[in-house]
Amino acid sequence: MSALTQSTPGAAKSDAAPEKELRPPSYWPFVVPALVVVLAIIIFPWVFTIWMSLNEWKVGSATTFAGFSNYLRLTSDPRFIEAIGHTLFYTALSVLLPLVLGTFAAVVFHQKFPGRGFLRGVFIMPMMATPVAIALVWTMMFHPQLGVLNYLLSLVGIPAQLWVFHPATVIPSLVLVETWQWTPLVMLIVLGGLAAIPTEPYESAQIDGANIWQVFRFITLPLIMPFLFIAGMIRMIDAVKSFDIIFAITQGGPGSASETINIYLYSVAFSYYDLGYGSAIAVVFFLLIVALAAVMLYARQRMLWTEISSDA
Amino acid sequence: MTPRQIIGKIGLWLSVFVIVSPAILFFLWMLSLSLKFEIDNAAYPPVFFPEHIAWKNYADVLASNRFLTYFINSLIVTGGATLLALIVGVPAGYGIARMAAHKSAIVILIARITPGLSYLIPLFLLFQWLGLLGTLVPQIIIHLVVTVPIVIWIMIGYFETTPMELEEAALIDGATRWQVFRHVALPIAKPGIAVAFILAVIFSWNNFVFGIVLAGRETRTLPVAVYNMISFDQLSWGPLAAAALIVTFPVLLLTVFAQRQIVAGLTAGAVKGG
Repeated sequence: MSALTQSTPGAAKSDAAPEKELRPPSYWPFVVPALVVVLAIIIFPWVFTIWMSLNEWKVGSATTFAGFSNYLRLTSDPRFIEAIGHTLFYTALSVLLPLVLGTFAAVVFHQKFPGRGFLRGVFIMPMMATPVAIALVWTMMFHPQLGVLNYLLSLVGIPAQLWVFHPATVIPSLVLVETWQWTPLVMLIVLGGLAAIPTEPYESAQIDGANIWQVFRFITLPLIMPFLFIAGMIRMIDAVKSFDIIFAITQGGPGSASETINIYLYSVAFSYYDLGYGSAIAVVFFLLIVALAAVMLYARQRMLWTEISSDA
Repeated sequence: MTPRQIIGKIGLWLSVFVIVSPAILFFLWMLSLSLKFEIDNAAYPPVFFPEHIAWKNYADVLASNRFLTYFINSLIVTGGATLLALIVGVPAGYGIARMAAHKSAIVILIARITPGLSYLIPLFLLFQWLGLLGTLVPQIIIHLVVTVPIVIWIMIGYFETTPMELEEAALIDGATRWQVFRHVALPIAKPGIAVAFILAVIFSWNNFVFGIVLAGRETRTLPVAVYNMISFDQLSWGPLAAAALIVTFPVLLLTVFAQRQIVAGLTAGAVKGG
């Protein structure tokens, strides 16, 4: 019997069903320690944050129940509203650029060439390196007078930029770092998708005389769409929350030109120690991320529907 | 080789070059900055290969008496948070996989979406009340926010793929669930545990946001210590770059030698802490 279940994965599932009555509570002891930890460090902070957001809670002064006043205050806080704008701009760029570049990189790394394993290792180093250490070197590279980036621009005749030192270019410059750092993750996810594509469609396309672009556009792209969607979702969640890079390079400056919600949240909670208001920001911030994820899911569903209806 | 194939080859290598060079050039430039004296680092046009190599930058960083403290702090925080996460997370991943309790993954998902700062506000107050600020304990505990979800997530995925037959046979032979886990499931799961261990170590080692809030002068981890160097001497690039490279070097080393595990872990769970 065991030989049979090994050879067909489907069979393993089907004979797990009658066994269910034997199983139940006996696996609980394995989960309990983790449950305690998760309750203490994830659930408790969440409940407590929601409670704090309903209070006037500043370090060093008495706390008073304040209902929804912290949330009302958010609606008329220009710095918060501006931060939402910065966050959305930063996020949109930090999702799109890595998606495009990461797909390209994945298609290249899907080919066979000598040294591929090693070069892939080099390619993913930016994503694993300590963000603060990376940010520090980028700060030096962005330096308007001595930075290597302006020198590189001068080689191709482009005038020197102020990069992170000018309000108009600070967010795109930070996105450059974020893109450099996180394109590898998109590449890895899409590479996984490419590995799962069967070869038949390519063979028939070759017979039909399709060129490289047509093959990519009409065969590869539709087939890796689910993976691109996952990569986009992960990228969105991380880009919205991006902290280390922005904090270490600009701290939200110049002025407040690169102050995202996360950076503002840090200032409110740990520079002004206004913990009640900070908690309200944290709650709204979380809801915003969930909302963005929901919008992406909805857009994906719509896309699937139009694909199906245009096929028919 | 036909001309068409040759063009294809050239195109491929050109693409590889374009893709990989930002990473290679960045780390080479980092190395170059860290090995130059201030005169070379302040030169324009920039000097890539210095005439005189400033080993002194590294010696200065390593010799500063606080560096050793911060290094040990990082080791304790990352080591503690990873070890604790493995102790509670590996059995949990096993239990969840065997009970097929997929809904519990929602908690992991919430943890994945929540910004790290949201944990900091309540836990900061809690640690203050408990009088733990000023020790490394708060940082070890809060790093669990990063490491525990990674370990559980990866272990669920791993235990779902390990065969049940051996475990069932052991159960029939009268072994307890714990014995089955300890002597049958755990040995098979070693590669999965390695993946979870490596990713937990990396994301805990790299973590910065928890440290800037919770660490005092004596309890800084390396990323926080490096960040604090920026504000003090903005202009001495050599030692700064050397410090940055020292901090991230263990992680880069791990990336090169454990690339397979990292890729497996990231694409399976696609997790990232913070």
